[in-house]
Amino acid sequence: MYNFDVVVPGSVAEAVAALGEEDAQALGGGQTLIPTLKQRLASPSVLVSLSGIAEIKGVCKTDDGQLSVGGGTTHATVAREAAGTFAGLAGLAGHIGDPAVRNRGTIGGSLANNDPSACYPAAALGTGATIITNAREIAADDFFQGMFTTDLEEGEIITEVRFPVPEASSYQKFEQPASRFALVGVFVAKFADGVRVAVTGASNDGVFRWDEAEAALSANFAPEALDGLTVSGDDMINDLHGTGAYRAHLVGVMAKRAVAAAS
Amino acid sequence: MTQVSMTVNGKAASGEVEGRTLLSSFLRENLHLTGTHVGCDTSQCGACVVHVNGEAVKACTILAAEAAGAEVTTIEGMANADGSLSVLQQSFQDHHGLQCGFCTPGMVMSAAALLKENPKPTEAEVRDYLEGNICRCTGYHNIVKAIMAASGQEVAAVAAE
Ligand SMILES: Cc1cc2nc3c(=O)[nH]c(=O)nc-3n(C[C@H](O)[C@H](O)[C@H](O)COP(=O)(O)OP(=O)(O)OC[C@H]3O[C@@H](n4cnc5c(N)ncnc54)[C@H](O)[C@@H]3O)c2cc1C
Ligand code: FES
Ligand code: FES
Repeated sequence: MYNFDVVVPGSVAEAVAALGEEDAQALGGGQTLIPTLKQRLASPSVLVSLSGIAEIKGVCKTDDGQLSVGGGTTHATVAREAAGTFAGLAGLAGHIGDPAVRNRGTIGGSLANNDPSACYPAAALGTGATIITNAREIAADDFFQGMFTTDLEEGEIITEVRFPVPEASSYQKFEQPASRFALVGVFVAKFADGVRVAVTGASNDGVFRWDEAEAALSANFAPEALDGLTVSGDDMINDLHGTGAYRAHLVGVMAKRAVAAAS
Repeated sequence: MTQVSMTVNGKAASGEVEGRTLLSSFLRENLHLTGTHVGCDTSQCGACVVHVNGEAVKACTILAAEAAGAEVTTIEGMANADGSLSVLQQSFQDHHGLQCGFCTPGMVMSAAALLKENPKPTEAEVRDYLEGNICRCTGYHNIVKAIMAASGQEVAAVAAE
Protein backbone atom coordinates (compact mmCIF):
# COMPACT_ATOMS: atom_id res chain seq x y z
CA MET A 1 0.00 0.00 0.00
CA TYR A 2 1.04 3.56 -0.61
CA ASN A 3 0.86 5.42 2.64
CA PHE A 4 -2.06 7.65 3.64
CA ASP A 5 -3.39 9.41 6.71
CA VAL A 6 -6.43 8.10 8.57
CA VAL A 7 -9.05 10.27 10.21
CA VAL A 8 -12.02 8.97 12.21
CA PRO A 9 -14.68 11.71 12.39
CA GLY A 10 -17.63 11.37 14.75
CA SER A 11 -20.35 12.92 12.58
CA VAL A 12 -21.48 13.01 8.95
CA ALA A 13 -20.77 16.75 8.78
CA GLU A 14 -17.15 16.25 9.90
CA ALA A 15 -16.73 13.36 7.48
CA VAL A 16 -18.05 15.41 4.57
CA ALA A 17 -15.63 18.20 5.47
CA ALA A 18 -12.72 15.75 5.68
CA LEU A 19 -13.69 14.27 2.30
CA GLY A 20 -13.35 17.74 0.80
CA GLU A 21 -9.55 17.39 0.98
CA GLU A 22 -7.84 16.52 -2.27
CA ASP A 23 -7.58 12.73 -2.82
CA ALA A 24 -9.52 11.92 0.33
CA GLN A 25 -11.61 8.74 0.23
CA ALA A 26 -14.26 7.22 2.49
CA LEU A 27 -13.40 4.00 4.33
CA GLY A 28 -16.42 1.88 5.25
CA GLY A 29 -15.63 -1.60 6.51
CA GLY A 30 -12.53 -1.78 4.34
CA GLN A 31 -13.39 -5.27 3.08
CA THR A 32 -13.08 -4.11 -0.52
CA LEU A 33 -11.02 -0.96 -0.17
CA ILE A 34 -8.14 -2.38 1.91
CA PRO A 35 -7.50 -5.25 -0.56
CA THR A 36 -7.67 -2.66 -3.37
CA LEU A 37 -5.14 -0.43 -1.61
CA LYS A 38 -2.83 -3.41 -1.12
CA GLN A 39 -2.83 -3.90 -4.87
CA ARG A 40 -2.00 -0.23 -5.28
CA LEU A 41 -5.09 0.24 -7.41
CA ALA A 42 -5.96 3.35 -5.40
CA SER A 43 -3.75 5.97 -3.78
CA PRO A 44 -5.80 8.24 -1.54
CA SER A 45 -3.93 10.76 0.59
CA VAL A 46 -6.45 10.55 3.43
CA LEU A 47 -8.86 7.79 4.38
CA VAL A 48 -11.93 9.08 6.16
CA SER A 49 -13.18 6.19 8.28
CA LEU A 50 -16.94 6.18 8.71
CA SER A 51 -16.78 3.65 11.53
CA GLY A 52 -17.00 6.26 14.29
CA ILE A 53 -20.27 7.80 13.09
CA ALA A 54 -23.06 6.44 15.29
CA GLU A 55 -25.79 8.31 13.39
CA ILE A 56 -25.30 6.16 10.25
CA LYS A 57 -25.44 2.79 11.99
CA GLY A 58 -28.43 0.64 12.81
CA VAL A 59 -31.68 -0.76 11.45
CA CYS A 60 -35.19 0.56 12.17
CA LYS A 61 -38.73 0.75 10.80
CA THR A 62 -39.78 4.18 9.46
CA ASP A 63 -43.20 5.74 10.13
CA ASP A 64 -44.37 4.77 6.65
CA GLY A 65 -43.39 1.12 7.16
CA GLN A 66 -40.12 1.06 5.24
CA LEU A 67 -36.97 -0.50 6.64
CA SER A 68 -34.22 2.04 7.20
CA VAL A 69 -30.64 0.79 7.30
CA GLY A 70 -27.86 3.23 8.21
CA GLY A 71 -25.15 3.47 5.54
CA GLY A 72 -22.46 2.37 8.00
CA THR A 73 -24.37 -0.70 9.22
CA THR A 74 -22.47 -3.96 8.95
CA HIS A 75 -23.78 -7.00 7.09
CA ALA A 76 -23.83 -8.92 10.41
CA THR A 77 -26.08 -6.31 12.02
CA VAL A 78 -28.49 -6.34 9.08
CA ALA A 79 -28.59 -10.15 9.15
CA ARG A 80 -29.51 -10.03 12.82
CA GLU A 81 -31.77 -7.00 13.04
CA ALA A 82 -33.73 -7.27 9.79
CA ALA A 83 -34.57 -10.94 10.35
CA GLY A 84 -37.95 -10.22 11.93
CA THR A 85 -39.12 -7.53 9.51
CA PHE A 86 -37.55 -8.32 6.15
CA ALA A 87 -36.29 -11.89 5.96
CA GLY A 88 -35.19 -11.62 2.32
CA LEU A 89 -32.78 -8.80 3.16
CA ALA A 90 -31.52 -10.46 6.35
CA GLY A 91 -30.89 -13.68 4.42
CA LEU A 92 -28.92 -11.80 1.77
CA ALA A 93 -26.79 -9.98 4.34
CA GLY A 94 -26.16 -13.19 6.30
CA HIS A 95 -24.67 -14.91 3.26
CA ILE A 96 -22.23 -12.23 2.16
CA GLY A 97 -18.68 -13.56 2.36
CA ASP A 98 -17.94 -15.07 5.75
CA PRO A 99 -18.57 -14.03 9.38
CA ALA A 100 -15.41 -11.90 9.68
CA VAL A 101 -16.24 -10.03 6.46
CA ARG A 102 -19.80 -9.50 7.67
CA ASN A 103 -18.55 -8.05 10.97
CA ARG A 104 -16.74 -5.25 9.10
CA GLY A 105 -18.31 -4.77 5.66
CA THR A 106 -21.13 -2.22 5.38
CA ILE A 107 -24.15 -1.70 3.16
CA GLY A 108 -22.94 1.77 2.14
CA GLY A 109 -19.58 0.40 1.04
CA SER A 110 -21.20 -2.38 -0.93
CA LEU A 111 -23.62 -0.09 -2.78
CA ALA A 112 -21.01 2.61 -3.42
CA ASN A 113 -18.64 0.02 -4.83
CA ASN A 114 -21.31 -1.55 -7.10
CA ASP A 115 -19.27 -4.63 -7.84
CA PRO A 116 -21.06 -6.45 -10.68
CA SER A 117 -21.13 -9.58 -8.51
CA ALA A 118 -22.12 -7.97 -5.20
CA CYS A 119 -25.29 -8.99 -3.37
CA TYR A 120 -26.74 -5.75 -1.93
CA PRO A 121 -27.28 -4.01 -5.27
CA ALA A 122 -29.80 -6.77 -6.10
CA ALA A 123 -31.80 -6.01 -2.93
CA ALA A 124 -31.73 -2.26 -3.50
CA LEU A 125 -32.83 -2.52 -7.14
CA GLY A 126 -35.13 -5.47 -6.46
CA THR A 127 -37.18 -3.49 -3.94
CA GLY A 128 -36.87 -0.04 -5.46
CA ALA A 129 -35.02 1.23 -2.42
CA THR A 130 -34.00 4.85 -1.88
CA ILE A 131 -30.31 5.58 -1.34
CA ILE A 132 -29.94 8.58 0.93
CA THR A 133 -26.71 10.54 1.03
CA ASN A 134 -25.49 13.57 2.93
CA ALA A 135 -26.77 15.63 -0.01
CA ARG A 136 -29.87 13.98 -1.54
CA GLU A 137 -32.09 10.97 -2.09
CA ILE A 138 -31.48 8.73 -5.10
CA ALA A 139 -33.89 6.07 -6.37
CA ALA A 140 -32.20 2.69 -6.86
CA ASP A 141 -33.41 2.73 -10.49
CA ASP A 142 -31.15 5.79 -11.05
CA PHE A 143 -28.31 4.88 -8.69
CA PHE A 144 -26.60 1.95 -10.45
CA GLN A 145 -24.88 3.04 -13.66
CA GLY A 146 -22.88 0.04 -14.82
CA MET A 147 -20.16 -2.00 -13.14
CA PHE A 148 -18.31 -0.16 -10.39
CA THR A 149 -20.20 3.01 -11.38
CA THR A 150 -22.93 4.80 -9.46
CA ASP A 151 -24.64 8.17 -9.41
CA LEU A 152 -22.60 9.23 -6.33
CA GLU A 153 -20.56 12.40 -6.63
CA GLU A 154 -17.03 12.63 -5.32
CA GLY A 155 -17.03 12.78 -1.53
CA GLU A 156 -20.75 11.95 -1.23
CA ILE A 157 -21.56 9.59 1.65
CA ILE A 158 -24.38 7.04 1.75
CA THR A 159 -25.96 7.71 5.13
CA GLU A 160 -29.07 5.54 4.85
CA VAL A 161 -30.84 3.08 2.60
CA ARG A 162 -34.62 2.88 2.78
CA PHE A 163 -36.23 -0.36 1.65
CA PRO A 164 -39.94 -0.79 0.94
CA VAL A 165 -40.70 -4.07 2.73
CA PRO A 166 -42.17 -6.64 0.31
CA GLU A 167 -45.00 -9.04 1.17
CA ALA A 168 -42.64 -11.86 0.24
CA SER A 169 -39.06 -11.88 -1.00
CA SER A 170 -35.95 -13.98 -1.38
CA TYR A 171 -32.42 -13.64 -2.66
CA GLN A 172 -30.85 -16.72 -4.13
CA LYS A 173 -27.21 -16.73 -5.15
CA PHE A 174 -25.18 -19.29 -6.97
CA GLU A 175 -21.91 -18.81 -5.17
CA GLN A 176 -18.58 -18.56 -6.88
CA PRO A 177 -17.02 -20.95 -4.38
CA ALA A 178 -13.62 -19.30 -4.06
CA SER A 179 -14.73 -15.70 -3.54
CA ARG A 180 -18.26 -16.39 -2.25
CA PHE A 181 -19.54 -13.52 -4.39
CA ALA A 182 -22.49 -14.22 -6.67
CA LEU A 183 -21.73 -16.05 -9.90
CA VAL A 184 -25.38 -15.15 -10.40
CA GLY A 185 -27.76 -13.85 -7.75
CA VAL A 186 -31.45 -13.03 -8.12
CA PHE A 187 -33.59 -10.97 -5.75
CA VAL A 188 -37.35 -11.41 -6.12
CA ALA A 189 -39.76 -9.13 -4.24
CA LYS A 190 -43.55 -9.36 -4.30
CA PHE A 191 -45.44 -6.16 -3.48
CA ALA A 192 -49.18 -5.48 -3.47
CA ASP A 193 -48.83 -3.68 -6.80
CA GLY A 194 -46.48 -6.09 -8.58
CA VAL A 195 -43.25 -8.05 -8.51
CA ARG A 196 -39.69 -6.79 -8.98
CA VAL A 197 -36.80 -9.02 -10.04
CA ALA A 198 -33.16 -7.87 -9.92
CA VAL A 199 -30.19 -9.86 -11.18
CA THR A 200 -26.57 -9.47 -10.07
CA GLY A 201 -23.37 -11.27 -11.05
CA ALA A 202 -24.48 -11.80 -14.63
CA SER A 203 -24.34 -8.69 -16.75
CA ASN A 204 -21.35 -6.70 -17.96
CA ASP A 205 -23.41 -3.64 -17.02
CA GLY A 206 -23.85 -4.73 -13.40
CA VAL A 207 -27.14 -5.28 -11.62
CA PHE A 208 -30.31 -5.12 -13.79
CA ARG A 209 -34.06 -5.67 -13.63
CA TRP A 210 -35.50 -8.60 -15.55
CA ASP A 211 -38.65 -7.03 -16.99
CA GLU A 212 -40.20 -10.15 -18.58
CA ALA A 213 -39.90 -12.07 -15.34
CA GLU A 214 -41.46 -9.17 -13.42
CA ALA A 215 -44.46 -9.16 -15.78
CA ALA A 216 -44.89 -12.93 -15.64
CA LEU A 217 -44.59 -13.09 -11.85
CA SER A 218 -46.90 -10.12 -11.33
CA ALA A 219 -49.56 -12.14 -13.18
CA ASN A 220 -48.77 -15.40 -11.37
CA PHE A 221 -46.29 -15.53 -8.49
CA ALA A 222 -45.15 -19.11 -9.00
CA PRO A 223 -41.93 -20.68 -10.32
CA GLU A 224 -43.80 -22.11 -13.34
CA ALA A 225 -44.64 -18.58 -14.45
CA LEU A 226 -41.01 -18.33 -15.54
CA ASP A 227 -41.12 -21.47 -17.72
CA GLY A 228 -39.89 -20.66 -21.19
CA LEU A 229 -38.54 -17.21 -20.29
CA THR A 230 -34.88 -16.70 -21.10
CA VAL A 231 -32.37 -13.87 -21.01
CA SER A 232 -29.70 -13.43 -23.64
CA GLY A 233 -26.13 -14.34 -22.66
CA ASP A 234 -24.63 -11.96 -25.25
CA ASP A 235 -23.85 -9.12 -22.83
CA MET A 236 -23.11 -11.32 -19.85
CA ILE A 237 -19.86 -11.76 -18.00
CA ASN A 238 -17.72 -14.39 -19.69
CA ASP A 239 -14.83 -15.49 -17.49
CA LEU A 240 -13.06 -18.58 -16.23
CA HIS A 241 -15.87 -19.22 -13.77
CA GLY A 242 -18.58 -19.42 -16.41
CA THR A 243 -19.59 -18.37 -19.90
CA GLY A 244 -22.23 -15.77 -20.64
CA ALA A 245 -24.58 -18.53 -21.81
CA TYR A 246 -24.09 -20.41 -18.53
CA ARG A 247 -24.83 -17.29 -16.51
CA ALA A 248 -27.92 -16.57 -18.64
CA HIS A 249 -29.16 -20.08 -17.85
CA LEU A 250 -28.46 -19.58 -14.14
CA VAL A 251 -30.55 -16.39 -14.11
CA GLY A 252 -33.66 -18.45 -14.87
CA VAL A 253 -32.75 -21.15 -12.37
CA MET A 254 -31.99 -18.77 -9.51
CA ALA A 255 -35.11 -16.69 -10.21
CA LYS A 256 -37.29 -19.81 -9.92
CA ARG A 257 -35.55 -20.80 -6.70
CA ALA A 258 -36.09 -17.32 -5.31
CA VAL A 259 -39.82 -17.43 -6.09
CA ALA A 260 -40.09 -20.89 -4.51
CA ALA A 261 -38.23 -19.72 -1.39
CA ALA A 262 -39.91 -16.30 -1.03
CA SER A 263 -41.35 -15.63 2.40
CA MET B 1 3.51 8.26 12.14
CA THR B 2 0.84 8.48 14.79
CA GLN B 3 0.44 6.90 18.17
CA VAL B 4 -2.31 4.29 18.59
CA SER B 5 -3.43 2.72 21.82
CA MET B 6 -5.70 -0.24 22.39
CA THR B 7 -6.23 -3.03 24.87
CA VAL B 8 -4.74 -6.31 23.71
CA ASN B 9 -5.51 -9.47 25.67
CA GLY B 10 -6.51 -7.35 28.62
CA LYS B 11 -3.35 -5.21 28.70
CA ALA B 12 -2.85 -1.67 27.48
CA ALA B 13 -0.78 -1.60 24.29
CA SER B 14 0.38 1.31 22.18
CA GLY B 15 2.81 2.07 19.43
CA GLU B 16 3.77 4.32 16.53
CA VAL B 17 2.07 3.39 13.27
CA GLU B 18 1.66 4.68 9.74
CA GLY B 19 -1.84 5.20 8.37
CA ARG B 20 -1.42 2.08 6.26
CA THR B 21 -0.28 -0.17 9.12
CA LEU B 22 -2.60 -3.16 9.34
CA LEU B 23 -3.74 -4.50 12.69
CA SER B 24 -1.99 -7.79 11.78
CA SER B 25 1.31 -5.91 11.32
CA PHE B 26 0.83 -3.93 14.52
CA LEU B 27 0.22 -7.11 16.52
CA ARG B 28 3.10 -9.04 14.98
CA GLU B 29 5.71 -6.35 14.48
CA ASN B 30 5.06 -3.79 17.21
CA LEU B 31 3.75 -6.09 19.93
CA HIS B 32 5.61 -9.26 18.83
CA LEU B 33 2.41 -11.25 19.15
CA THR B 34 3.23 -13.56 16.26
CA GLY B 35 0.44 -16.04 16.99
CA THR B 36 -1.77 -14.06 14.60
CA HIS B 37 -0.70 -15.56 11.27
CA VAL B 38 -0.80 -13.90 7.89
CA GLY B 39 -1.58 -16.56 5.33
CA CYS B 40 -2.82 -14.73 2.27
CA ASP B 41 -2.87 -11.02 3.13
CA THR B 42 -5.79 -10.80 0.67
CA SER B 43 -8.71 -11.30 3.10
CA GLN B 44 -9.38 -14.84 1.98
CA CYS B 45 -7.81 -17.37 4.38
CA GLY B 46 -8.77 -16.34 7.91
CA ALA B 47 -5.41 -17.25 9.49
CA CYS B 48 -5.29 -13.70 10.86
CA VAL B 49 -8.68 -13.70 12.61
CA VAL B 50 -8.69 -11.88 15.96
CA HIS B 51 -11.51 -10.41 18.01
CA VAL B 52 -12.07 -6.65 17.99
CA ASN B 53 -14.60 -5.60 20.64
CA GLY B 54 -15.68 -9.23 20.81
CA GLU B 55 -16.25 -9.75 17.08
CA ALA B 56 -14.19 -11.92 14.76
CA VAL B 57 -12.40 -9.82 12.14
CA LYS B 58 -9.55 -10.41 9.71
CA ALA B 59 -6.59 -8.54 11.18
CA CYS B 60 -5.10 -8.19 7.70
CA THR B 61 -8.17 -6.23 6.58
CA ILE B 62 -8.46 -3.61 9.30
CA LEU B 63 -6.07 -0.76 9.90
CA ALA B 64 -4.36 -0.45 13.27
CA ALA B 65 -5.77 3.08 13.40
CA GLU B 66 -9.30 1.68 13.10
CA ALA B 67 -8.71 -0.50 16.17
CA ALA B 68 -7.57 2.45 18.28
CA GLY B 69 -9.34 2.33 21.64
CA ALA B 70 -10.71 -1.16 20.99
CA GLU B 71 -10.47 -4.35 23.04
CA VAL B 72 -8.49 -6.82 20.93
CA THR B 73 -8.10 -10.50 21.71
CA THR B 74 -5.54 -12.65 19.89
CA ILE B 75 -4.70 -16.34 20.16
CA GLU B 76 -2.17 -15.41 22.87
CA GLY B 77 -5.12 -14.33 25.00
CA MET B 78 -7.04 -17.60 24.69
CA ALA B 79 -5.26 -19.82 27.22
CA ASN B 80 -6.46 -20.07 30.82
CA ALA B 81 -4.98 -17.69 33.38
CA ASP B 82 -2.58 -20.39 34.62
CA GLY B 83 -1.24 -20.88 31.09
CA SER B 84 -3.00 -24.20 30.48
CA LEU B 85 -4.95 -24.59 27.24
CA SER B 86 -8.59 -23.47 27.18
CA VAL B 87 -11.28 -26.10 26.60
CA LEU B 88 -11.48 -25.14 22.93
CA GLN B 89 -7.70 -25.24 22.40
CA GLN B 90 -7.41 -28.55 24.24
CA SER B 91 -10.18 -29.92 22.07
CA PHE B 92 -8.19 -29.08 18.92
CA GLN B 93 -5.31 -31.09 20.37
CA ASP B 94 -7.48 -34.00 21.52
CA HIS B 95 -9.30 -34.32 18.20
CA HIS B 96 -6.26 -33.77 16.01
CA GLY B 97 -7.78 -30.54 14.70
CA LEU B 98 -4.42 -29.34 13.42
CA GLN B 99 -1.48 -30.67 11.47
CA CYS B 100 0.96 -27.92 10.50
CA GLY B 101 -0.91 -25.49 12.75
CA PHE B 102 -0.69 -22.50 10.46
CA CYS B 103 -4.44 -21.97 10.21
CA THR B 104 -5.05 -22.87 13.85
CA PRO B 105 -4.95 -19.43 15.50
CA GLY B 106 -7.60 -18.17 13.07
CA MET B 107 -9.64 -21.36 13.43
CA VAL B 108 -9.63 -21.08 17.22
CA MET B 109 -10.57 -17.39 17.14
CA SER B 110 -13.42 -18.00 14.67
CA ALA B 111 -14.62 -21.01 16.65
CA ALA B 112 -14.55 -19.02 19.89
CA ALA B 113 -16.65 -16.29 18.27
CA LEU B 114 -19.12 -18.90 17.01
CA LEU B 115 -19.49 -20.59 20.40
CA LYS B 116 -20.06 -17.26 22.10
CA GLU B 117 -22.90 -16.50 19.67
CA ASN B 118 -24.22 -20.05 19.42
CA PRO B 119 -23.05 -22.31 22.29
CA LYS B 120 -24.41 -25.56 20.78
CA PRO B 121 -24.02 -25.24 17.01
CA THR B 122 -24.97 -28.02 14.64
CA GLU B 123 -22.30 -29.53 12.44
CA ALA B 124 -23.69 -27.58 9.47
CA GLU B 125 -23.53 -24.33 11.46
CA VAL B 126 -19.89 -24.99 12.36
CA ARG B 127 -18.97 -25.66 8.74
CA ASP B 128 -20.87 -22.59 7.63
CA TYR B 129 -19.20 -20.34 10.21
CA LEU B 130 -15.74 -21.51 9.14
CA GLU B 131 -16.39 -20.51 5.52
CA GLY B 132 -13.69 -17.86 5.71
CA ASN B 133 -11.04 -20.04 7.38
CA ILE B 134 -8.94 -22.10 5.02
CA CYS B 135 -6.92 -25.13 6.11
CA ARG B 136 -4.55 -26.86 3.70
CA CYS B 137 -3.91 -29.88 5.94
CA THR B 138 -6.73 -31.38 7.94
CA GLY B 139 -9.59 -31.56 5.49
CA TYR B 140 -11.64 -29.68 8.15
CA HIS B 141 -13.24 -32.84 9.51
CA ASN B 142 -11.28 -32.91 12.78
CA ILE B 143 -11.56 -29.15 13.21
CA VAL B 144 -15.34 -29.49 13.10
CA LYS B 145 -15.12 -32.38 15.58
CA ALA B 146 -12.92 -30.34 17.93
CA ILE B 147 -15.40 -27.46 17.94
CA MET B 148 -18.42 -29.73 18.42
CA ALA B 149 -16.65 -31.48 21.29
CA ALA B 150 -15.64 -28.17 22.89
CA SER B 151 -19.33 -27.22 22.89
CA GLY B 152 -20.05 -30.37 24.91
CA GLN B 153 -21.63 -32.31 22.07
CA GLU B 154 -21.20 -35.89 20.93
CA VAL B 155 -18.82 -36.07 17.97
CA ALA B 156 -18.87 -39.75 17.02
CA ALA B 157 -21.45 -39.01 14.34
CA VAL B 158 -19.53 -36.16 12.67
CA ALA B 159 -18.87 -37.51 9.20
CA ALA B 160 -16.33 -36.41 6.63
CA GLU B 161 -17.87 -34.52 3.75
C1 LIG C 1 -13.57 -12.68 1.45
C2 LIG C 1 -14.62 -11.70 1.00
C3 LIG C 1 -15.85 -12.18 0.56
C4 LIG C 1 -16.83 -11.30 0.14
N1 LIG C 1 -18.01 -11.82 -0.31
C5 LIG C 1 -18.99 -11.00 -0.75
C6 LIG C 1 -20.24 -11.50 -1.19
O1 LIG C 1 -20.50 -12.70 -1.16
N2 LIG C 1 -21.17 -10.61 -1.62
C7 LIG C 1 -20.94 -9.28 -1.61
O2 LIG C 1 -21.82 -8.53 -1.98
N3 LIG C 1 -19.78 -8.77 -1.17
C8 LIG C 1 -18.80 -9.60 -0.74
N4 LIG C 1 -17.62 -9.06 -0.27
C9 LIG C 1 -17.46 -7.59 -0.27
C10 LIG C 1 -17.97 -7.03 1.06
O3 LIG C 1 -19.38 -7.13 1.12
C11 LIG C 1 -17.56 -5.58 1.28
O4 LIG C 1 -17.79 -5.35 2.63
C12 LIG C 1 -18.33 -4.53 0.51
O5 LIG C 1 -18.35 -4.76 -0.86
C13 LIG C 1 -17.71 -3.15 0.71
O6 LIG C 1 -18.15 -2.64 1.91
P1 LIG C 1 -17.13 -1.97 2.92
O7 LIG C 1 -17.97 -1.36 3.97
O8 LIG C 1 -16.15 -2.99 3.35
O9 LIG C 1 -16.52 -0.81 2.06
P2 LIG C 1 -15.02 -0.34 1.82
O10 LIG C 1 -14.20 -1.47 1.36
O11 LIG C 1 -14.55 0.41 2.99
O12 LIG C 1 -15.26 0.69 0.64
C14 LIG C 1 -15.66 0.30 -0.66
C15 LIG C 1 -15.91 1.56 -1.50
O13 LIG C 1 -17.06 2.24 -1.05
C16 LIG C 1 -16.74 3.56 -0.59
N5 LIG C 1 -17.58 3.75 0.58
C17 LIG C 1 -17.55 3.02 1.73
N6 LIG C 1 -18.57 3.39 2.55
C18 LIG C 1 -19.25 4.38 1.91
C19 LIG C 1 -20.40 5.17 2.23
N7 LIG C 1 -21.11 5.00 3.37
N8 LIG C 1 -20.80 6.12 1.35
C20 LIG C 1 -20.13 6.28 0.17
N9 LIG C 1 -19.05 5.56 -0.19
C21 LIG C 1 -18.62 4.62 0.66
C22 LIG C 1 -15.26 3.56 -0.37
O14 LIG C 1 -14.71 4.85 -0.55
C23 LIG C 1 -14.78 2.58 -1.42
O15 LIG C 1 -14.69 3.19 -2.66
C24 LIG C 1 -16.60 -9.91 0.17
C25 LIG C 1 -15.38 -9.41 0.63
C26 LIG C 1 -14.40 -10.28 1.06
C27 LIG C 1 -13.11 -9.74 1.55
S1 FES D 1 -4.08 -13.28 6.18
FE1 FES D 1 -5.91 -12.24 6.65
S2 FES D 1 -7.37 -13.43 5.62
FE2 FES D 1 -5.53 -14.43 5.05
S1 FES E 1 -3.32 -27.38 9.99
FE1 FES E 1 -2.08 -26.82 8.35
S2 FES E 1 -3.26 -25.27 7.40
FE2 FES E 1 -4.62 -26.06 8.85
